[in-house]
Amino acid sequence: MKNILKYTFAVLAVGFVSCEPEFDTPVTDEGFYTSGMADLSKYVSVGNSLTAGYADGALYITGQENSYPNIMAQQFSFAGGGEFNQPLMNDNLGGLLLGGTQITENRLVLAVDANGNPGPVRLAGTPTTEITNKLTGPFNNMGVPGAKSFHLVAPGYGNAAGVPTGAANPYYARFASSESATVISDAATQNATFFSLWIGNNDILSYATSGGSGVDQTGNFDPATYGGNDITDPNVFASVYSQQVDALTANGAKGVLVNIPEVTSIPYFTTVPTNAIPLDAATAGALNAQFAGYNTQILPGLAAMGVITPEEAAMRMINFSAGQNFPIMTDDDLTDLTVILQGAPFSLPQELAVLLGQLRQVKSDDLIVLTASSILGTTPDPNNPQGVIGVSIPLSDQYVLAVSEQARITAASTAYNATIQALAGAKGLAFVDAKSALASLANGGIAYDGGVLTSQFVTGGAFSLDGVHPTPRGYAYTANLIIRAINNTYDATIPTVHIGDYGTITATNN
Amino acid sequence: MKKVLVLAVFALASAVTYAGGYRVSLQGNKALAMGHTGVAVINSSESVFFNPAAMVYLEDKFNISVGVHGVFSNIAYQDTQTGANARTDSPVGTPLYLYASYQATDWLAFGLGVYTPYGSSVEYEKDWEGSHLVNTIDLQAIYIQPTVSFKINDKLSFGGGPIYVTGSVNFNRNLNRTLTDIDGNRANVTIDASGVTSWGWVASSMFKFTDNLRIGATYRSEIILEAEEGTAEFENIPNSPLTPFQNTAIDAAMPLPAEMTVGMSYNFCEKWLFAFDFNRTFWDAYESLDINFENPAIPDSKNARNYKNASVYRFGMQYEATKMFTLRAGYYFDESPVREGYFAPETPRNDSNNFTAGLTVNLGEHLQIDASFLYSHFKEIDASYNYYFENGQAVPFKGTYKTNAFVPGLGLTYKL
Repeated sequence: MKNILKYTFAVLAVGFVSCEPEFDTPVTDEGFYTSGMADLSKYVSVGNSLTAGYADGALYITGQENSYPNIMAQQFSFAGGGEFNQPLMNDNLGGLLLGGTQITENRLVLAVDANGNPGPVRLAGTPTTEITNKLTGPFNNMGVPGAKSFHLVAPGYGNAAGVPTGAANPYYARFASSESATVISDAATQNATFFSLWIGNNDILSYATSGGSGVDQTGNFDPATYGGNDITDPNVFASVYSQQVDALTANGAKGVLVNIPEVTSIPYFTTVPTNAIPLDAATAGALNAQFAGYNTQILPGLAAMGVITPEEAAMRMINFSAGQNFPIMTDDDLTDLTVILQGAPFSLPQELAVLLGQLRQVKSDDLIVLTASSILGTTPDPNNPQGVIGVSIPLSDQYVLAVSEQARITAASTAYNATIQALAGAKGLAFVDAKSALASLANGGIAYDGGVLTSQFVTGGAFSLDGVHPTPRGYAYTANLIIRAINNTYDATIPTVHIGDYGTITATNN
Repeated sequence: MKKVLVLAVFALASAVTYAGGYRVSLQGNKALAMGHTGVAVINSSESVFFNPAAMVYLEDKFNISVGVHGVFSNIAYQDTQTGANARTDSPVGTPLYLYASYQATDWLAFGLGVYTPYGSSVEYEKDWEGSHLVNTIDLQAIYIQPTVSFKINDKLSFGGGPIYVTGSVNFNRNLNRTLTDIDGNRANVTIDASGVTSWGWVASSMFKFTDNLRIGATYRSEIILEAEEGTAEFENIPNSPLTPFQNTAIDAAMPLPAEMTVGMSYNFCEKWLFAFDFNRTFWDAYESLDINFENPAIPDSKNARNYKNASVYRFGMQYEATKMFTLRAGYYFDESPVREGYFAPETPRNDSNNFTAGLTVNLGEHLQIDASFLYSHFKEIDASYNYYFENGQAVPFKGTYKTNAFVPGLGLTYKL
């Protein structure tokens, strides 16, 4: 009896070990997936907010976990990829502290207001990420939110002391190897075997999101003189970009370059309709009566005097009708008439002259930015119910990306992309056409196993609540695009992910 | 003697019993050792389960058998497109049985059986790729069956009795593929219902052509476990009116299908016994696993299963090697009730080949030790479940599955 038990348990023990079911070809076996001509053992990603995993107007832990480089690194691990460390934030609120004072806002969440309407609001709470608490690197994810192309090669960009003046970046200050380090040197000294580089978006994006309030610096080769919302000169971009590629490929590393999408198809620019002002016939008639003199006398008069062209005169006409109307706006690309209108023969009072100085109506191919939705149609002065933004008070230029401004963005991004693609070709690097991908998202969307991914704000699934940065699902889609490019270029078989397994926006009430 | 034992134990080394769906055929160590045949076998009070009509032919006045099986079942999953892979870490199941029979008169016997023909215990890694379908499930049903058996003559007997079932189910899955709370913890729901009871019945007969050749038939009725006082507990739900999931009562129904078994047994060369059983399980009762939440704000959960009736073909041999040892071996082929496109990861069963062996050690006149061993082999299969819906759109869950089960068992038989 003793023996029976003994042997029974011996067999049991053998069974324990040998009983695991084995696939004919397990995906976890070495060689099932391959990295082809690439070596994925040490991957470093370089870029801006998109690389960092920024979303919903902030950087926070779960966003970083769903950054495209981190998703890619998980998939790389099937084909020889190594560890992937990120400079994780301290919490899921996302706000930054400098010396205990909050310097950036918390993330946006989808909240339901008292009337049951869902909309983005800032998540309440006290953030805990203090930027002077240095993290010990090196980090595989060198994505720095806010960075423009030339910032990556700027010494001191990670010096916390420079943050208040705007000379340095609070995100990079957390993990720069020294106060004089550059992002690209911190990336290059890791001797990665594989890299991704996606930079240049902010060289046009901040101009775009500010409604074109910056300056197109094309022709100015000194980025030290640029303002925050300016467009970077394409030659400056080409120069710093090729420096970066040289630094990252210096030890023979393979990598992937990603181009710059046309930013104007993101929800930040496509959510607020251009004809956002509803009017009844009586109000439209009253408004038209007020602008009758401007339309029929002043504008033709100025055109006759040669102050403005007949085309500009036509463009500046104000005309309302019953139904949806285009708001009035100030366009700083128009001739400034403020002084002229105060002189003879018009002799308008100063207040009216200022109003008409650079006035026009928004056109159907202008773009109104997302943040205008909270002010359009409001009355900023409660004592003056007649003062309605978009109707009697012009929408200021920062809320509208005019056609002329869009053209500058297109010109710059086209030049940047030519540089990126040429360098990818010259260096034999994988190239990802993110511009086409974003265009597909905006034009009908991308089908996946749970529906269609579109660039519709809130509901489309691709863009987070800031209207600019992707959701985890959008980043997963990006990761797949990049993995496919790597597979094609390097003859690798890295598996992709199901984008439907990645979330979209987060609903939470404060 | 030692050698014989070692050989005997290793001879078992390919044996186990497990059946399609959530039917767990582990109702006796003697029967399991010979392919879980027994509808036409007369050798112990295991007949209370296999064929109550056989009880009346037992030689001893009083018979009691108890036993336990250790179920080591494993599921491996992988998706070659994404590299996703998972293995279950299911707890070891220990289904028990107890049978007693008492020969009241020459033509009448009484019996009692307690056994667990249905059950499922599966535990995947938390938040694995199929976690929107199942994280863990633990289904148990205990059958308690008072039984009577009577003989018409030396050739024909009948048996049967009512069955009282008490069951429980605990089921956890994520609400969908992506919903999380603010910190990224996946939202999930646990359905729990215990102490669910119901009634059914069993009827059987046995016919002896000769002393060596017998046939039998047993029918066990369908029993529907209706959980009317279950609970649903939600976890990691976002704090938002857009996700109105609050703990609530549920009702749900789970069928324990009817089963018909016919078979024969034949004694040859004195010490040898051959048995064949054919089981038909009426799985078409399992159309859908529906969970109705009492809170009307929470949409009811519908999970199509659409099982089809399935058969099991069982073969067993018994050899009385010595006075002390009886050796057994068996095989059965178990058809899966799962249709193509309905391959859900909570019971990822395709057709299986099952190998069994075992032995009985006679310790004196009254006491026997029964040991058995089952190995269930499932072929690797590419399969999908196509009836999970997200926003009204079917989202198939695909992959490659490889399953096996390994079930050692030990029992005691006491007879007077």
